[in-house]
Amino acid sequence: MLMQTQTEMAPRPAAEARPVLALSGVSKSFPGVRALSGVSLRLYPGQVTALVGENGAGKSTLVKILTGIYRPDAGEILLDGRPVRFPTAHAAGRAGVTAIHQETVLFDELTVAENIFLGHAPRGRFGLIDTGAMQREAARILRGIGAEIDPAQRLKDLGIASKHLVAIARALSIDARVVIMDEPTAALSHKEIDELFELVAALKAQGKAILFISHKFDEIFRIADRYSVFRDGELVGEGLIAEVTEAELVRLMVGRDVSRIFPARARNIGAEVLRIRGLEHPTEFSGIDFGLCRGEILGFYGLVGAGRSEVMQAIFGITRPSAGTVEVEGRPVRIRAPADAVAEGIVYVPEDRGQQGAITALPIFQNVTLPSLGRLSRRGFLRLAEEFRLAREYTRRLDLRAASLDTEVGNLSGGNQQKVVIARWLATRPKVIILDEPTKGIDIGSKAAVHAFMAELAAEGLAVIMVSSEIPEVLGMSDRVIVMREGRMVAELSGAQMTPETLVRHAAGIGGGEAA
Amino acid sequence: MSLAERHIPDRLHPPLRRALLRWESLLLLVAAAIFAANAMASPYFLNAWNLSDATFNFTEKAMVAFAMALLIIAGEIDLSVAAIIALASTAMGAAAQAGVGTPGLVAIGLAVGLACGAFNGLLVTRLGLPSIVVTIGTMSLFRGISYIVLGDQAYGGYPAGFAFFGQGYVFWVISFELALFAVLALAFGVLLHATTFGRAVYAIGNNATGALFAGIRVARVKFVLFLLTGLMSGVAAVCLTSRLGSTRPSIAVGWELEIVTMVVLGGVSILGGSGTIPGVVIAAFVMGLVTFGLGLLNVPGIVMSIVIGALLIAVIALPRLWAMRRRA
Repeated sequence: MLMQTQTEMAPRPAAEARPVLALSGVSKSFPGVRALSGVSLRLYPGQVTALVGENGAGKSTLVKILTGIYRPDAGEILLDGRPVRFPTAHAAGRAGVTAIHQETVLFDELTVAENIFLGHAPRGRFGLIDTGAMQREAARILRGIGAEIDPAQRLKDLGIASKHLVAIARALSIDARVVIMDEPTAALSHKEIDELFELVAALKAQGKAILFISHKFDEIFRIADRYSVFRDGELVGEGLIAEVTEAELVRLMVGRDVSRIFPARARNIGAEVLRIRGLEHPTEFSGIDFGLCRGEILGFYGLVGAGRSEVMQAIFGITRPSAGTVEVEGRPVRIRAPADAVAEGIVYVPEDRGQQGAITALPIFQNVTLPSLGRLSRRGFLRLAEEFRLAREYTRRLDLRAASLDTEVGNLSGGNQQKVVIARWLATRPKVIILDEPTKGIDIGSKAAVHAFMAELAAEGLAVIMVSSEIPEVLGMSDRVIVMREGRMVAELSGAQMTPETLVRHAAGIGGGEAA
Repeated sequence: MSLAERHIPDRLHPPLRRALLRWESLLLLVAAAIFAANAMASPYFLNAWNLSDATFNFTEKAMVAFAMALLIIAGEIDLSVAAIIALASTAMGAAAQAGVGTPGLVAIGLAVGLACGAFNGLLVTRLGLPSIVVTIGTMSLFRGISYIVLGDQAYGGYPAGFAFFGQGYVFWVISFELALFAVLALAFGVLLHATTFGRAVYAIGNNATGALFAGIRVARVKFVLFLLTGLMSGVAAVCLTSRLGSTRPSIAVGWELEIVTMVVLGGVSILGGSGTIPGVVIAAFVMGLVTFGLGLLNVPGIVMSIVIGALLIAVIALPRLWAMRRRA
């Protein structure tokens, strides 16, 4: 069962050691989604294991299980070969597992020393915190990792790189044996990344087991010793980095089976309805230029944080871009609020259904009619019969499952909530519909229904933008794909160029994918 | 699963059952019980003129409470309403000293109310400040101005015609204030329950982000609500000043809490998103009847506020306790 191939492979000092932490058969489900099914993972002392996978492959769920935030439905966690449980984050910390997150969970208002020793501060008389000892100890640890940070400083005054160092110092202070680094370089500059990697090397030398999660292949090949690849909540490959190529990792990540059935579509692309020119935002994105035609489905692919949703929300009027124009049917339009976008026939189905999509405490029919009330009312007075008629028509079209139209939307499943939001926007008879991760977190059946429906809408002449992080969905549904990375459009692909490998290469910025 | 078209009914429960399950029905029972208790406790209670007098206990507060109900349903609050009344009354008093006639005084009262509401609304919607903080601030600000202008003085000397708003009767025992209360109750009821504006208020109160993403002009709706609340405070200032015939800087002190109490007692969720105008109307009657009934029995004012507080907690807590017991 174990692949003991590494024994004589490389001159790795601790290669034949037993794993510090091992997971086997771990599964975790959420309503409607299976996040992890029967995965295993082994972390060895003095080695860096890279965890690779697409968005939604189950990496974050795994980290949350390891740090005691989620409890697995099945499977076991072995620490030094003994089964353990992490019912709370505190228990995981006590067992020596610590995580440095993308947005590191530290406390801005506390000092550096307090952050490092939160929960295990040295105590003096009467059980009070011995501030002096805490400061001295913090200074010693920080010196040890070459960080010139004053332990008495408040954390909010530090930059992101220094905050990472504080997080690492915290990991050292609790004598962590397993350090999880979840995209630690996402917000760092090149120089800071180099410094971080020196630290990782130091941690390795101290015999810590490190789980390194990153989308950046150059980093993985630079510091990792081993890899584990997750896809759709399953472990699909593992081994030594020295024995694998970039291309093989990409193939494992995406899978060869882009064969899920997507509806066949008669491509009937008409005149251009939407043209975006030079759209720019001071922090989120720049240089966004694209056009969209009637009957077309345009896919937007990229890693989480590439700026896709931000671009769409700017087009929809949630945020104000600092430059650029939006044209609808050749006419420049001014969109300063979502209400303006809706009036121009541009509608947006957000990714965050609970907060931004449906108003869950209101009944279905009111959710559906909300943006159409101007048309349904007479001089501002509601006409309930008209409202029910419209809600009936569109919920039927989307094959909604519900007890009645005055049921609160919050009582519906995720897939049906999504249908309510889509019904709401179709009822406004839009020209352009933007779907942000339309099938995220909904069950397979509803997924297929949403896909079929999207195809039907395009066939009727609606222009569709689909933001998606699921490669099969992007490739299966889109006529054209724009790939974004770090707030910029890095590629526009169509026809034969649309392959899983090219998407991943452009999105991750791997060599050869730089043409834009 | 058959291919037959799925039919989703519009509603699950028939209208009568929906009506009986409402909060307002429970509140109406409470009001009836208090009315009966009052009638038995005091021989003076069941007298048309006494009952008419009783309505002055709540009409002015209720006018503000209608607008406040919309504001609280939308997830905001205005604690400066009583201070707006003081400022509007002070402005009217100063104008009366300068010889302004009745129509001018009313215009000034309403204009001050609108201006104060606009100020609150701009601070909340433009700067994105929490309304509870903003209006605690403007509460001191507005009343502070009254104190600076008046000190320990009082304005009097309002023109004779001005007395009609607080002391006049339109028909038999129906005072002008009671008639205005009825008209405003109807107007606000229609606004909240039968217009697209009212629907937007509920949507915003339930999920302001979701409402924005649904194309509702959230900031504009909230601003209008602050304007309305300011305006209704101005209306209340006209009635109250007219009824008292004088203005002191301590006029209507503490009313903001009584008004919020009335709104919450009427079944409006303090967290926003739910509540009705009929509920607030009944709550106004309940509060008026309780204070008036206790007054007839010569119960001191401090005891009255204890009773109102206990009533509020009881009416809010009982349905919650009932729900907990049913779940257990």
